[in-house]
Amino acid sequence: MSDTPQDVKESAFVRFLRATEVDTRLLGMIGALMLIWLGFHFYGYFVNGYGAFLTPRNLWNLSVQTSSIAVMATGMVLVIVTRHIDLSVGSLLGFSAMIMGVMQVWILPKYLGLGHPAIWPITVLVGIAFGTMIGAFQGFLIAYLNIPAFIVTLGGLLIWRGASYLVARGETIAPVDPTFALIGGGPYGTIGATGSWILGIVVCLGILFLLYSGRQQRKRFNFPTRPLWAEYLLGGVGTAVVLGAVMVMNAYPWPKGIVKKYAAANNIEVPEGGLFISHGFAIPILVAIAVGIAMTFLATRTRFGRYVFAIGGNPEAAELAGINTKKMTMMIFALMGALTGIAAVIASARLKSATLALGQFDELYVIAAAVIGGTSFAGGIGTIYGAILGALVMQSLQSGMVLIGFDASIQQMVVGGVLVVAVFLDNLYRRNSV
Amino acid sequence: MENNNQAPLVELKEISIAFGGVHAVDKASCELYPGEVVGLLGHNGAGKSTLIKILSGAYTRDSGQIFIDGKEATINNPRHAKDFGIETIYQTLALADNVDAAANLYLGREILTRWGTLDDAAMEAETRKVMNRLNPNFTRFKDPVKQLSGGQRQSVAIARAIHFNARILIMDEPTAALGPAETEQVGQLIKQLKQDGIGIFLISHDIHDVFDLADRVVVMKNGAVVGSAHTTDVTKDEVLGMIILGKCPPGATPGPGAAQA
Ligand SMILES: Nc1ncnc2c1ncn2[C@@H]1O[C@H](COP(=O)(O)OP(=O)(O)OP(=O)(O)O)[C@@H](O)[C@H]1O
Ligand SMILES: [Mg+2]
Repeated sequence: MSDTPQDVKESAFVRFLRATEVDTRLLGMIGALMLIWLGFHFYGYFVNGYGAFLTPRNLWNLSVQTSSIAVMATGMVLVIVTRHIDLSVGSLLGFSAMIMGVMQVWILPKYLGLGHPAIWPITVLVGIAFGTMIGAFQGFLIAYLNIPAFIVTLGGLLIWRGASYLVARGETIAPVDPTFALIGGGPYGTIGATGSWILGIVVCLGILFLLYSGRQQRKRFNFPTRPLWAEYLLGGVGTAVVLGAVMVMNAYPWPKGIVKKYAAANNIEVPEGGLFISHGFAIPILVAIAVGIAMTFLATRTRFGRYVFAIGGNPEAAELAGINTKKMTMMIFALMGALTGIAAVIASARLKSATLALGQFDELYVIAAAVIGGTSFAGGIGTIYGAILGALVMQSLQSGMVLIGFDASIQQMVVGGVLVVAVFLDNLYRRNSV
Repeated sequence: MENNNQAPLVELKEISIAFGGVHAVDKASCELYPGEVVGLLGHNGAGKSTLIKILSGAYTRDSGQIFIDGKEATINNPRHAKDFGIETIYQTLALADNVDAAANLYLGREILTRWGTLDDAAMEAETRKVMNRLNPNFTRFKDPVKQLSGGQRQSVAIARAIHFNARILIMDEPTAALGPAETEQVGQLIKQLKQDGIGIFLISHDIHDVFDLADRVVVMKNGAVVGSAHTTDVTKDEVLGMIILGKCPPGATPGPGAAQA
């Protein structure tokens, strides 16, 4: 998660970093991720006789499980950058999921009829609107009534969990609308092999276009540009990662039972060796990627994002510069609520139900993801891509521990320890880098 | 320089503000005419910064009135002040530490592309131009201002205040951190802005600088105005007497804070 002091001496390495403008933190995070992946894989290989981590199946599941945390972590970055915290996201996720469950299971079928095509979009909209409203309300208390975010959202943590118990009268609400369930992934909730290739190629073209237009833009104003080899390297690595991800996702086939049902329903002959139907990217990942792109755009290319970072760096100066910091605070929490609503859609669709425990402890994972991704509690510093990678690190730890059969109690202790160590390493990193 | 038939650009009337029990500013009045530089003087803690922060919208006054162009103005936050063309260089500089010079210069007034996104390249190009005029040695355009020296930060704060066609400029110890060459540069700048008809409040502890640049001085002591005077009507020693003893010389107009002889 942090660079090593030796880096300073290796001038070739430093020159490489300067040319590519890759920061050491990103490399550190990728290194940590690789370490975790290889560690769990080989632990499984040597101890259990089977390395289960680096398999298409596990990586596919990992990507789906990461989605909901990653979506919320992008919002938590903005919250922490402005020197606040949101402890209520786990409970709010549970509450939004419960509201959506009630909507699509109890209310909408009564008026529209069971399985009506409008059920899922209405449900999703209600869920996100609901999250936004609660987030805005909490933001109002924080910004305009000057109650510390820690207190408001600690209250929220209890209140919204209790409220979802009240709404559902303690029941689990199921089954959700079948179209809604696709947003959670599962064999049908994917875009298949061809779709994944198309998406992969589009993303690759996007990467190349961004590199190209960035270079043109710098030339236009005579700013220094990266050396050409660095541009090619970045483009090459970027496209290789994307296409590699496509191949891994496509290497995970549908289970036999699903294939049989699907073949029967579509009058397809299943050949001798079975039919290989790829999962490809799951819908929740697509949602998370879309959110990641949108949030990166918001954070780096818009006024809103600029103000978020300015407020985080010096709230008083931001106010004196004419930024309406109270309104900004409220909007940031509203956005956090909206993202929590989206995460609630993913999480409850994946479970195909709204349960009472849904989202429990998620606040810790989300905060940990943001912090591991380089968001500083001192304010003003943080990146969206860092938080998404941080979410992947946290989820990899979690799934890895489940795979190799760690107890739930040990899992909790490890996650707690990682959170504390991550902040410590972050301090070290900052002391050495500036 | 000013013309008394003309309405003052700014008129502060009996402004008061207290923090807890401290009367930081107590019934302070003064005015500023177009093209005039008014030096605001006083000992540490006299209430100079507090008074101008009320004009710039950073603080909301407890009582008193602000008139701009003869009309009463409502200034309850920095946005209101900016709408009246009031730009401020704060004593604390008030920069966003973690973003670069261009982002600070344009904070709150960003240049946008036609898609509504930030045009960072254009903002940086403009910033290079402004800074070149102000401080040609300044080259650290990509670094967060936290990493700049005190004088470099001050240059950024000055650039931000003069870049947006202010009508009223407030400078709270603008040269405190600057070297001699840069201070000279700011002096030239003030004279040029004056020519353009901008009204300037200049707070400084350097009485020579003030006599060099200001048309009038207003002296504060313990939150109250001791008096005001044209720099041609009083000597530096007399002004020092106003600052230290609160004694109003014959050439000055006494205010409520003048010591009773
Ligand atoms: N935000 C605040 N809260 C409480 N007291 C304040 C605040 N701001 C200023 N004061 C008090 O008001 C008085 C005037 O302060 P001010 O900053 O206006 O002085 P000044 O004339 O600018 O002094 P200096 O020359 O040191 O800059 C001081 O006694 C100060 O302690
Ligand atoms: Mg002061």
